Amino acid sequence: MNTKPMPSAQAQIVRDSVLKAENLSKQVSSPEGSLTIVHGVSLDIAAGESVAVVGASGAGKSTLLALLAGLDLPTTGRVLLEGTDLTQLDEDGRARLRAQRVGFVFQAFHLLPALTALENVMLPLELAGRRDARSAAFETLQRVGLKDRTGHYPRQLSGGEQQRVALARGFVTRPAVLFADEPTGNLDTATGRRVGELLFELNANSHTTLVLVTHDRELAARCARIVTMEAGRVV
Amino acid sequence: MSVLRAVTLALRMLAREWRSGELGVLMLALTVAVSALTGVGFLVSRISTAVAMQASEVLAADIRLGSPQPIAEQYFVEAARHGLRTARNTALLSVVFNGDTSQLTNLHAVSDGYPLRGQLLVADEPFAKGSLARGIPARGEVWPDSKLLAALGGRLGTTLSIGAATFRVSHVLISRPDQGGTFADLTPTLLMNAADLPATQLIQPGSRVSYGALFAGRRDRIEPFETWLRSHKKRGERLRDIAEASPQIKNAVDRAGRFLSLASLVSVLLCAIAVAMSARRYVFRHLDSVALLKTLGATRAFTLSVTLLQLLVIALLAAITGSAIGYLAQEWLVRTLRGLLTSAELPPASLMPVGIGFMTAIAVLGGFALPPLLQLSRVPAIRVLRRDVGPPPLLMLLAFGPAVAVVVILIYWVVLDWKLFFGFTVGLAGFIAALTLAGFLLVALAGKLRGSVGVAWRYGVANLSRRRTESVVQIVAFGTGIMVLLLLSIIRGDLNSDWRHTLPANLPNYFFINIPPGERDHFVGFLNEHGARTTRVLPMIRGRLTGINGRSVDDLRFGGDRGDNFATREQNLTWTSELGADNRIVAGSWWTRADFGKPLASLATEFQESLGVKLGDRLSFDIAGETFDVRVASIRKVKWDSFQPNFFIVFAPGVLEDTAGSYMTSAYFNATDAHALAQLARTFPSVSIFDIDDLLAQVRSVLDKAVLAVQSVFVFTLFAGLTVLLAAVQSSRDERRYESAMLRTLGASRNTVLQGVLAEFTTLGLLSGLLAAAGASIAAYFMTTRVLELHYTFELWVWGVGLAGGTLLVAGSGWLATRSVVNQPPLITLRAG
Ligand SMILES: Nc1ncnc2c1ncn2[C@@H]1O[C@H](COP(=O)(O)OP(=O)(O)OP(=O)(O)O)[C@@H](O)[C@H]1O
Ligand SMILES: [Mg+2]
Repeated sequence: MNTKPMPSAQAQIVRDSVLKAENLSKQVSSPEGSLTIVHGVSLDIAAGESVAVVGASGAGKSTLLALLAGLDLPTTGRVLLEGTDLTQLDEDGRARLRAQRVGFVFQAFHLLPALTALENVMLPLELAGRRDARSAAFETLQRVGLKDRTGHYPRQLSGGEQQRVALARGFVTRPAVLFADEPTGNLDTATGRRVGELLFELNANSHTTLVLVTHDRELAARCARIVTMEAGRVV
Repeated sequence: MSVLRAVTLALRMLAREWRSGELGVLMLALTVAVSALTGVGFLVSRISTAVAMQASEVLAADIRLGSPQPIAEQYFVEAARHGLRTARNTALLSVVFNGDTSQLTNLHAVSDGYPLRGQLLVADEPFAKGSLARGIPARGEVWPDSKLLAALGGRLGTTLSIGAATFRVSHVLISRPDQGGTFADLTPTLLMNAADLPATQLIQPGSRVSYGALFAGRRDRIEPFETWLRSHKKRGERLRDIAEASPQIKNAVDRAGRFLSLASLVSVLLCAIAVAMSARRYVFRHLDSVALLKTLGATRAFTLSVTLLQLLVIALLAAITGSAIGYLAQEWLVRTLRGLLTSAELPPASLMPVGIGFMTAIAVLGGFALPPLLQLSRVPAIRVLRRDVGPPPLLMLLAFGPAVAVVVILIYWVVLDWKLFFGFTVGLAGFIAALTLAGFLLVALAGKLRGSVGVAWRYGVANLSRRRTESVVQIVAFGTGIMVLLLLSIIRGDLNSDWRHTLPANLPNYFFINIPPGERDHFVGFLNEHGARTTRVLPMIRGRLTGINGRSVDDLRFGGDRGDNFATREQNLTWTSELGADNRIVAGSWWTRADFGKPLASLATEFQESLGVKLGDRLSFDIAGETFDVRVASIRKVKWDSFQPNFFIVFAPGVLEDTAGSYMTSAYFNATDAHALAQLARTFPSVSIFDIDDLLAQVRSVLDKAVLAVQSVFVFTLFAGLTVLLAAVQSSRDERRYESAMLRTLGASRNTVLQGVLAEFTTLGLLSGLLAAAGASIAAYFMTTRVLELHYTFELWVWGVGLAGGTLLVAGSGWLATRSVVNQPPLITLRAG
């Protein structure tokens, strides 16, 4: 698939670019010597766009996601999130930026077991310093159909319910970009489909830019653009 | 990010983790540690106060200054400035008359406040049971003792004349605390008011009066005053403190004190181990949460403050509950064991240990929990995507530096003695180094053996080498815990049996001195005839030390008061060919037959240390005008609490035989044999008889208390040790859960997995037990011989119990804790992972 934008569209996309990767590379050292797991990746993602990152296991999808979200730093290249160069920020600076502008949904839900569903959803709001945390969290939980489960702890929820809590937590701050790494990977097909639907529904409602890593063709197909990775390169 | 937000989040997470039991072990470890520490602390403070007070009774004060000259007012002023209580006791020999009947009497004129320590017992007739006296004799009244009043044929109300004055007998003196422990004289005593002394006109120029000043007060006030007094007192003024007043009690207190310090140290160390393990587990369990918080936008400072706040709350809770439990536990122990205590009740506990408990909890948390916790805040956010990513490894110095520093400071703080401190620290460091080395060796060995054992063992042993660092940490922790318990058992047994040896019920309770050489055999025969249990009979010769290495003692200055005393006063000398079982040679060698007749002497350590003499030094003695030069051939450590005749200075046989002297011995007489004693006194009028039953009762009660303390310390330490085991097992439980699920998913049967776990824990336990037994034996040797000065016997059971106990305990608890993990359906574990 050709990911290079058409020349005529370039100006348009640059203006509305939310997330821009320039020649990203990531090298790690392994017992067999230095290993390049992401190779010169450049991407430009526009506001409101949904991008699916697909590829074989070990292709470097999660690594790329981590670089785009500022969870990790590239060896070379840079990432611009709404014009801010992530590689110029320190760890805390990137964390603060994530608190304000980025949401996450993971394969393994990653809810804090110590907090209730509501408290888990409130967490990013509180970290971002929002005062209306409780009401906003409640409202979002309502939107994912869990208004009766707000006081439950993750352990008391099914996998699908947990992932819906995670979705609520991802969207509750109305982030500029939401990163999802195989959000349906741990769920059965039917539940996965429902969670997928919810994801796109929330995405559409909140005008969020979505970067989605998935093995699920159906889910990938719902994205506006599909980026395929192979051995660390975008092909 | 606001502090308030961190606090609310920390408290909310804490509350939830509390409810889910996540914090149970950490909390338990800290609580048990604090309660063991404070419990032992409470008990130690109560017992040592009681013991010190009891020891002080021998002096009727904490410090006593004696002088043949009136004691300067300046000392009393200074004592008052130090916040001490004072009293005077002036003693002189005089004749007391009841009409025509007279009796030579030791008069004690005392001032208000006497006795500052201990109590006066009085009665209304001689030899009756005494009751507590209120104050001292009023002016114009006297309290003669039973013997005196009986000899004078008086009773209450009788008028006695002393010197130029007359007094009314208002009570019979039954006992006073300072009536003499070691060698009191047999002259009857009379107690009178110091204000009446001038009226008697007994004190004239040239009369032999012994002036005494008594001082007592809080320990922290006494010590600076004693230092001041030592540097200001004049020559001829003799200062006595508890340590010197009663070497027997001092010995017992010292032993008990050392043991208790070391034992409470053990609790501290076990506490540290448990806390370190729990902290490791805490960090391990919170890596994901912290990574997630960071992903969601929390800064490092924020995550750090959340963790620290949680820890602080835990520490506070543990310190409060721990102190409360510690207090209740020791109170309960004291109450249940009260029947065992022979004498007065223990004084109430001071609140000091609570502060110590708090400080120790904080220090231990700081040293052992803080480094890994700081590490927790450094876990990268990327962990949410790659679970194998942990925090960067901690610098060796940062990981162990604070822990080592805290341990070292705590050890010193507890023992407050450089020699003991170095011995213990070096021993501990050596033990831990040996354990670590052995651990790594085993792990390497396990890798080699892997091919030759069954699948379960291969899995178990493979686990050991894969988690090399963790395995070694566990071996060190288990090993230390087991070693400490073994050591405590050995020493507890040693102490108990040794004390039973030294203080059997029929310990000599009478001393006999001045036995004329010609009557010696007759006297011993008499004792044996009357069923008294006799001890050795030693010659006793009076002599004065005149020179050391050719220099006159008058030209030499000695460090302490004691040295001066040794150098200026007449000493009792003896000679013997046999070294008593209660004497141990610490330097040089005891003489053999070939040495008999050579001018050799053996010195007790107290004498040698006070005078600073060495082996081979030449000492000159003046014995009845004749000079004897002897060489120091050996130094002996004397166990004074054997109550056998013992001397600071012993000569080799064949040197002093021709000098004029007498003999002394001690014996046990049944209390009902009073008439035999009376007969003995008549048959051998020149022999002086000393009854030391009172002193024995005092020493016994001190030892009873010490035994109580030892038992309680053992109980506390056992609990602390069990907590360490729990913490260790709990921490490995987390690491195993995921693995066992994986194995079972791969098709391993539950049994195979369990066997593997068992194999691993058995190996761990066996090695820990082996190392612990070795460590405990070595440590016990040093402690019994060097610190407690007891006789060391090698104990095989230590190895049996160490190996079997270690294996059973570690394997058993490991198995128990892991069983539920293995039993859990693999899917649940993997999904929850
Ligand atoms: N820090 C690292 N050190 C060594 N190797 C790494 C590191 N990070 C990633 N890799 C390797 O880089 C490759 C890409 O990993 P990544 O997790 O991005 O793959 P992925 O495309 O997300 O795979 P999957 O679909 O299985 O999740 C893998 O082979 C992984 O083992
Ligand atoms: Mg991946």
